[in-house]
Amino acid sequence: MLRWLIGGGREPQGLAEKSPLQTIGEEQTQNPYTELLVLKAHHDIVRFLVQLDDYRFASAGDDGVVVVWNAQTGEKLLELNGHTQKITAIITFPSLESCEEKNQLILTASADRTVIVWDSDTGRQVQRISCFQSTVKCLTVLQRLDVWLSGGNDLCVWNRKLDLLCKTSYLSDTDLSFVTGSHIGELIIWDALDWTMQAYERNFWDPSPQLDTQQEIKLCQKSNDISIHHFTCDEENVFAAVGRGLYVYNLQMKRVIACQKTAHDSNVLHIAKLPNRQLISCSEDGSVRIWELREKQQLAAEPVPTGFFNMWGFGRVNKQTSQPVKKQQENATSCSLELIGDLIGHSSSVEMFLYFEDHGLVTCSADHLIILWKNGERESGLRSLRLFQKLEENGDLYLAV
Amino acid sequence: MISAPDVVAFTKEEEYEEEPYNEPALPEEYSVPLFPFANQGANPWSKLSGAKFSRDFILISEFSEQVGPQPLLTIPNDTKVFGTFDLNYFSLRIMSVDYQASFVGHPPGSAYPKLNFVEDSKVVLGDSKEGAFAYVHHLTLYDLEARGFVRPFCMAYISADQHKIMQQFQELSAEFSRASECLKTGNRKAFAGELEKKLKDLDYTRTVLHTETEIQKKANDKGFYSSQAIEKANELASVEKSIIEHQDLLKQIRSYPHRKLKGCDLCPGEMEHIQDQASQASTTSNPDESADTDLYACRPAYTPKLIKAKSTKCFDKKLKTLEELCDTEYFSQTLTQLSHIEHMFRGDLCYLLTSQIDRALLKQQHITNFLFEDFVEVDDRMVEKQESIPSKPSQDRPPSRSLEECPIPKVLISVGSYKSSVESVLIKMEQELGDEYKEVEVTELSSFDPQENLDYLDMDMKGSISSGESIEVLGTEKSTSVLSKSDSQASLTVPLSPQVVRSKAVSHRTISEDSIEVLSTCPSETVIPDDFKASYPSAINEEESYPDGNEGAIHFQASISPPELGETEEGSRENTPSQIDSCCIGKENDGQLVLPSSPAHTQSDEDGVVSSPPQRHRQKDQGFRVDFSMENASPSSRDDSCEGFSAYELDPSHLLASRDISKTSLDNYSDTTSYVSSVASTSSDRIPSAYPAGLSSDRHKKRAGQNALKFIRQYPFAHPAIYSLLSGRTLVVLGEDEAIVRKLVTALAIFVPSYGCYAKPVKHWASSPLHIMDFQKWKLIGLQRVASPAGAGTLHALSRYSHYTSILDLDNKTLRCPLYRGTLVPRLADHRTQIKRGSTYYLHVQSMLTQLCSKAFLYTFCHHLHLPTHDKETEELLASRQASFLKLTLGLVNEDVRVVQYLAELLKLHYMQESAGTSHPMLRFDYVPSFLYKI
Repeated sequence: MLRWLIGGGREPQGLAEKSPLQTIGEEQTQNPYTELLVLKAHHDIVRFLVQLDDYRFASAGDDGVVVVWNAQTGEKLLELNGHTQKITAIITFPSLESCEEKNQLILTASADRTVIVWDSDTGRQVQRISCFQSTVKCLTVLQRLDVWLSGGNDLCVWNRKLDLLCKTSYLSDTDLSFVTGSHIGELIIWDALDWTMQAYERNFWDPSPQLDTQQEIKLCQKSNDISIHHFTCDEENVFAAVGRGLYVYNLQMKRVIACQKTAHDSNVLHIAKLPNRQLISCSEDGSVRIWELREKQQLAAEPVPTGFFNMWGFGRVNKQTSQPVKKQQENATSCSLELIGDLIGHSSSVEMFLYFEDHGLVTCSADHLIILWKNGERESGLRSLRLFQKLEENGDLYLAV
Repeated sequence: MISAPDVVAFTKEEEYEEEPYNEPALPEEYSVPLFPFANQGANPWSKLSGAKFSRDFILISEFSEQVGPQPLLTIPNDTKVFGTFDLNYFSLRIMSVDYQASFVGHPPGSAYPKLNFVEDSKVVLGDSKEGAFAYVHHLTLYDLEARGFVRPFCMAYISADQHKIMQQFQELSAEFSRASECLKTGNRKAFAGELEKKLKDLDYTRTVLHTETEIQKKANDKGFYSSQAIEKANELASVEKSIIEHQDLLKQIRSYPHRKLKGCDLCPGEMEHIQDQASQASTTSNPDESADTDLYACRPAYTPKLIKAKSTKCFDKKLKTLEELCDTEYFSQTLTQLSHIEHMFRGDLCYLLTSQIDRALLKQQHITNFLFEDFVEVDDRMVEKQESIPSKPSQDRPPSRSLEECPIPKVLISVGSYKSSVESVLIKMEQELGDEYKEVEVTELSSFDPQENLDYLDMDMKGSISSGESIEVLGTEKSTSVLSKSDSQASLTVPLSPQVVRSKAVSHRTISEDSIEVLSTCPSETVIPDDFKASYPSAINEEESYPDGNEGAIHFQASISPPELGETEEGSRENTPSQIDSCCIGKENDGQLVLPSSPAHTQSDEDGVVSSPPQRHRQKDQGFRVDFSMENASPSSRDDSCEGFSAYELDPSHLLASRDISKTSLDNYSDTTSYVSSVASTSSDRIPSAYPAGLSSDRHKKRAGQNALKFIRQYPFAHPAIYSLLSGRTLVVLGEDEAIVRKLVTALAIFVPSYGCYAKPVKHWASSPLHIMDFQKWKLIGLQRVASPAGAGTLHALSRYSHYTSILDLDNKTLRCPLYRGTLVPRLADHRTQIKRGSTYYLHVQSMLTQLCSKAFLYTFCHHLHLPTHDKETEELLASRQASFLKLTLGLVNEDVRVVQYLAELLKLHYMQESAGTSHPMLRFDYVPSFLYKI
């Protein structure tokens, strides 16, 4: 996953057209989330959620506490106390197959200028690094290299044993907010330095279409000064949350195929693509919305204004003009984002969410709460299953003849 | 709640039989017996006797060595309750039946005074003149200053309803034992403290005397002692003796728990009982003794003083009050327990019986009953469970045990008369039910039908009101030992059928003045000698072969078949002295009858309490059980008979009395019928007092039911609102006036299913904006409507969370909630219902909801509805099976399905939770459109 934070330039939507917010009634037949569980452990804004494995996730926020939860039962498994100030970044460092340490690690960075490495199973504090000059605002793991990066005013690369591999003070301008690590393309931006080149080369073995787009978007973004809060991608599309709207950019067609300019009342903070062509977004307005990308056969008259294209500069970025995909634009299928459900639970801005294939959706919010949204029908079935398991264990299950 | 006192089975048995019986019979443990006294006059409510008190109360009396019997206090402590009822007089009566009282003193052959750890005696007696019947619990407390160190007390539960006492005997006994145990524990503690003080005094006195003697010795070393010196020496000696005596007493009182245990390893049931009480005492009041050792820890603050060596019995000094006798803490604890008893047995017998049946049945539904039952009742049930366990001799009960708790009438009646030869006071008995009785008895042996049992109960209704001053001891507890003793001595073989054994319980009315009847004795132990079981079969024949015609007076010899004659006579011999004694003493006491301990009784008391071997009881008990189970079709009735009936089997006098039953003629039956009619005529007066003052929860239910009824009549959209509650959608009651909102919320709370054994998820009044947590936690919320801008936030939050809520706006009389088209709620809340009273409506709701729960239970626990029968089954197929089950099998329409589904989820969660520990309640909701309803 790729993500960045934009510190500066977060201006009001100068260019966002006033279009009515799409709403959905109370009848949401396609919304599977009919059960929720409110989890309360934090005392301040919960900003981050990371998935640890199939059934666990960790949450962190401004209260400096990391809590590990069971996504199935909502049970609080661990509470990791160590930071004195708010947590600014959290990431998991999965164990390598080859490595003798099987335990998964959690890295947390905090405004107290420390990074703490935790054991996610025991909650033990493995190591604490406090040699930072400034707050680490971003953490990234490059799993292939078995290294992780920390980004603040300077960028450091660490290996698993927490040796500092290299360090840069390139980013002296703290206002500029690209303090991020990412898996592949990101590093190319910092190609002035040796280590990034190195990383780049290693990653270059596996060039993916995303690589290109990411660079392009970033470049454009810089030039246009539009606040992209978050974006995600899959094989064919890049989904971006821009201001209050959602945009879907098709990599093959090299253009935006669907957009929803006012998807939320307020800025969209996080989006994610679900396997079933669904998109989930959460926003500062405290709601989470579920969208479905529906194809519709349409002529050239698209709802997406061309002016916006230009601003985004998607036209310009295409350096590889020789790409064959351009021909497909003739019979372009356009899509639309249909709102199929909204999840209203938080009373304040929803900072982030996490999608579990099996257990539903976890959202965290500035109202200090975490909500576990579940598919009610599925949960009901699971409960029945457990019920009969328990009956069987107790020997209370009789088979009728 | 399953059954309602309002609709107690009112039918006579014959009417029942005529009805065609199509439905498959309920399992035995679910059947609700008819009201036992139904054919008494077809009136389930007890008669209005000539009692001078308005309702039942508890009286504590003392036999003061200075002034004789005197009432100490009543519970409730309200003169209105006992009205003009003569407490002094009644105290005299109840204190006079304590024939177990064995005073402590110097027993022959013992150098030191010996404390006797007497068991309490439990007696049921009736005073027909006063119209009062009482369960009397005698206990002895120790007081160093009292004569023989003992102070006899008694606690009496006084009721105008004899049946109530007889029916609830076991329960009363258990509860009062608890209170008594509390008093006695406190008393032992206080007594030990007292002794310690006394010892210190004595020690100090001894030192003083000693030094004085030394001084005197030194003063005159002439070789002879002055008289003064001798006196001193004597005094010193008596002090020494006194010290030894008191030390011995202290040792005795301290060894109490130990002795008790030692005595009780023979009867485990009893022991557990004690332990339970001990542990309970320690849990209920923390500062109590954690161990018995520090209980008697001496108080260092005490400064010894010089006392006279010989304690003089002075009658002018003030005796200690009950509170002083026991520790204040224990005393107040006892009072709490007593008022608990008063609450517990408040109300009509019919009501008590029904609620007992109710509780017993509810207990069986432990999987679903958390949903709609009050958690108060759940608590009650817990308590009851706790107390019922120790009181039962065997804990491993068959599941059918609950029926035995249903008050299948224990046959307490026997009609007997006997002649006291010495005084020639003819105690006439009413003889009735001769043939009828036998007939039923025979059938009973072949198939034990609980309902047939009921018949016998009517017999004890037939008190003749003619006698002036008469007191009847309806039951005592102590006679167990008598029998066991005689049994061991001379193999008392009493050939009785089980029914006869049971029926000898209560002999009845005396017509003559100044006469006593011991109507039954009720041992706390269920003990049935081996001899009984051997003789069941023959008993029937004997019964039938009895010659009729002996009316009135009894001829023992005649009624007993030759082979058993000797033994029975022995029984009669044992019994007769007590009759004699009692009558004599009765004369002495100005016509007030006293039934003191006969020699036989006293002896057996001592033996029975401390040293009689209870193992034998136990064995017999088991033997009896086995035997009975062969004879009786239903195992539950077997239990019943063990615990309920055996209580009355052991007093020889009743064995005798029971003989007579067989030859009772129908002559006296006319009496009964006339009596019955009088009952019927007075019954109408009685009905309103069916809920006398009511428990607080009762009052609450009544009010809630009334308000719910009002809501249903007032608002046409009551149905969707109730549907919201039943389906787990939070209903927000919005209004400005807190009182109105609270009232409605309380009323509607009866429809809210609980999550578990805790309070219902109802918040009566909230004034801050609601939050998602609130909807997860509460299912019914009363919300304040605020006009100020702050209120806008509240309303905004409401509209924001409209997915999860239905909103009932009391000020605008609107309801915003999903559509409801089912059939369940209309039946539950019919605005044209004929039900007028709140309590009745509450019961109606409860029974409807119980029905609903059973549907949810079926749905939840049907295996094939939730799990695929084979691997290839698709989820769709499963879902359709569920749907068809809900629709066709359970007969649910439209939205009713959601209600059952929601309840099923709660059931699942509850069932999982029982072991899994903490699980959060989740918020379930549907994405369904809401509608706005207006009046």
